[in-house]
Amino acid sequence: MSDLETFRAETRAWLDENCPPEMRKPMTGEGDACWGGRKWTFQSDAQKVWLERMAEKGWTVPEWPVEYGGGGLSKEEAKVLRDEMKAIKARSPLMSFGIWMLGPALLKFGNEEQKKEHLPKIARGEIRWAQGYSEPNAGSDLASLMTKCEDQGDHYLINGQKVWTSYADEADWIFVLVRTDFDAPKHEGISFVLVDMDQEGVTTKPIKLISGKSPFCETFFDDARCEKYNLVGEKNKGWTIAKYLLTHEREMIGGTGTGAMRPMGDIAVQQLGLNDAGQLVDPVLRTDVARAEIDGLAFMATMERVTDEAKSGQGVGANSSMLKYYGTELNKRRFELMMDSSGHDGLEWDQDNDVARHWLRTKANSIEGGTSEVQLNIISKRILNLPTA
Amino acid sequence: MAMVLSEEAGMLKDAAKGFLADSAPVSQLRKLRDTESADGFDRDTWKAMAEMGWTSVLVPEAHGGVEMGHVAAGVIAEEMGRTLTASPFLSTAVMGATALTRFGSEAQKGEWLPRIAGGEAITALAVDEGRKHAPAHVETRAERSGNGFKLNGKKSFVADGHIADMLIVSARTAGGDAEEDGVSLFLVPQDAAGVTIERASMVDSRNSARVTLENVELNADAVLGDVDNGYKPLEAVLDAGRAGLSAEMSGSAQECLEQTVEYLKERKQFGEVIGTYQGLQHRAAHLYSEIELGKSIVLKTLQTLDLAPDHAAMMVSAAKSKMGSVAQLAAQEAIQMHGGIGMTDEYDIGFFIKRVRVAAALFGDTNYHTDKFARLRKY
Repeated sequence: MSDLETFRAETRAWLDENCPPEMRKPMTGEGDACWGGRKWTFQSDAQKVWLERMAEKGWTVPEWPVEYGGGGLSKEEAKVLRDEMKAIKARSPLMSFGIWMLGPALLKFGNEEQKKEHLPKIARGEIRWAQGYSEPNAGSDLASLMTKCEDQGDHYLINGQKVWTSYADEADWIFVLVRTDFDAPKHEGISFVLVDMDQEGVTTKPIKLISGKSPFCETFFDDARCEKYNLVGEKNKGWTIAKYLLTHEREMIGGTGTGAMRPMGDIAVQQLGLNDAGQLVDPVLRTDVARAEIDGLAFMATMERVTDEAKSGQGVGANSSMLKYYGTELNKRRFELMMDSSGHDGLEWDQDNDVARHWLRTKANSIEGGTSEVQLNIISKRILNLPTA
Repeated sequence: MAMVLSEEAGMLKDAAKGFLADSAPVSQLRKLRDTESADGFDRDTWKAMAEMGWTSVLVPEAHGGVEMGHVAAGVIAEEMGRTLTASPFLSTAVMGATALTRFGSEAQKGEWLPRIAGGEAITALAVDEGRKHAPAHVETRAERSGNGFKLNGKKSFVADGHIADMLIVSARTAGGDAEEDGVSLFLVPQDAAGVTIERASMVDSRNSARVTLENVELNADAVLGDVDNGYKPLEAVLDAGRAGLSAEMSGSAQECLEQTVEYLKERKQFGEVIGTYQGLQHRAAHLYSEIELGKSIVLKTLQTLDLAPDHAAMMVSAAKSKMGSVAQLAAQEAIQMHGGIGMTDEYDIGFFIKRVRVAAALFGDTNYHTDKFARLRKY
């Protein structure tokens, strides 16, 4: 047996023994996810046990190094783990901006102390992180951000406001883009700092969205304190980290247009049924659904190709913008079709599958993480090399 | 399977690009059109392609081929799409070779495959009879006659029909006009008594023909595969051609975008290079994204044809549907972004919009394949 096959057999056995039955049922909504953090209340013992066991193995972050709380797995082993978890329909033990966003940034730009301090707590779900990027006057033009960070000798003092901070009201710490030099060109006066939200100077206020939900907040900094050792990378070089994370975020959001979701055609058939000819009763919807499914297949094939090209060194870096643009627009199309096929039932505000709220939520997909228009600008400049005026 | 070209396929791509740019650029097609070439393609170029092994790309080694597979055939077709090279590559090296290799008797293989591989024989598929692609709609009849069959009927939109040495003809041996059961395939020599081939003048300046079959007598050994059960083989041959056409359209779409982007960097209006204007940048960037999706689904489909040809139908329809609409978008956007000059015959872009229109329609347009995809998905 090859090493990978041995690993697969061991993983399968371990998962079988350690994944509680309750954690093998599909999540019914975002409410079933485990986010961890100091304020977290586990919904069940099973959720708690599952997180603890996976964290102990380092498998909440399988590819991170063991010394930072990870599993130290190779890409191939991590894929085996994903496959085996999928095979038993195991839920993800931990959802986390720390895992998706801050962790990769710290691994790349953080110093040894920062990695040792923060990464294991992310891996174990002890600290929940929020992202402080956008400001009321810095949306698409993120680099014009004005949140002020002043050097007070032994610490920094932060004043300003962030917006669209995801779940900041439930987070413990926040990674923030701040301005440390107001005289330099806008991209060269930005720093990346880590701030403990458990202090008087940091307050949050949820924003109610058109979906009726409040996944985002406004976060205010009034003389908030930040220790100097919590500056990541060099002072005034934070834009490099910001760009790295935005690329990462784009790939994540772009990926929502695909894959794990149930094929749109199956949903439409279930909701509307077939006519005597075996075709979806609404012939125009049938065409739109088929087109969306074909584009979905083409998009998945593109994700695969872009990944494989990157592995073989033929990649086009800015293709993450193409994926973000297309994936989010496709996801919006998909949810328009979901609403079409849900008919009048889908228009009821309170219903089991919340389709209307999910539909409304997707409208932000092509805004957050850089709007579709910003992605098209990036494709024009970085891939097509079109000139700027 | 990794979604990148193997080293071998990558080398083939470079070789094809170089050869076609030198020996068969768009100007060759223009010349064939302007001189009203009777052949409609360049026989010397075709001979050179055969010498490079392109005509044997799907022919097994036992019959003199190099059998490199559909990904390799797609690589060649894609590069031909960039130069709009007129040749019977798809009808012969892709569809003819697929038909005989997969469904031919030993005698049929022995007779045709070495000649296809050598570039000595050209084949064409005569399938459509009406205004729109409908492979199951077969009114052409093949009645039993002595030891063989007698064929009567009319075929249209037969790509490369007037230069073909042999036609692969679908004809009804049983069943009603639109039934899949009862369709049979026949190998019909172009010089068989009762065969009339009339060249049609197409918008893309490429070859297509109307074929009339009048009491064409054939021996029983002219049947390809089994009598009455020709529909599945027909679909398999069509799918090979549809995938090849999709690859060709991918090349044409990429070429349209690249030429357009170059133009946007040169042309000045209002004192600025027009490529600085966001209105045009976003059109170009959107087109780039659509083409990337098209390229991916075409590669995935060609890989599927190599790995699991009997399970490729849904991917083939997805690819033909997607690439057909993307390539037509590319050609239309290319003209719009070129402005007035794109409307002139002197400029090459016009050749692209014409060819892409025909390639998108051949063997089922975007609507046909979107509908077929939905049927295969059972909705």
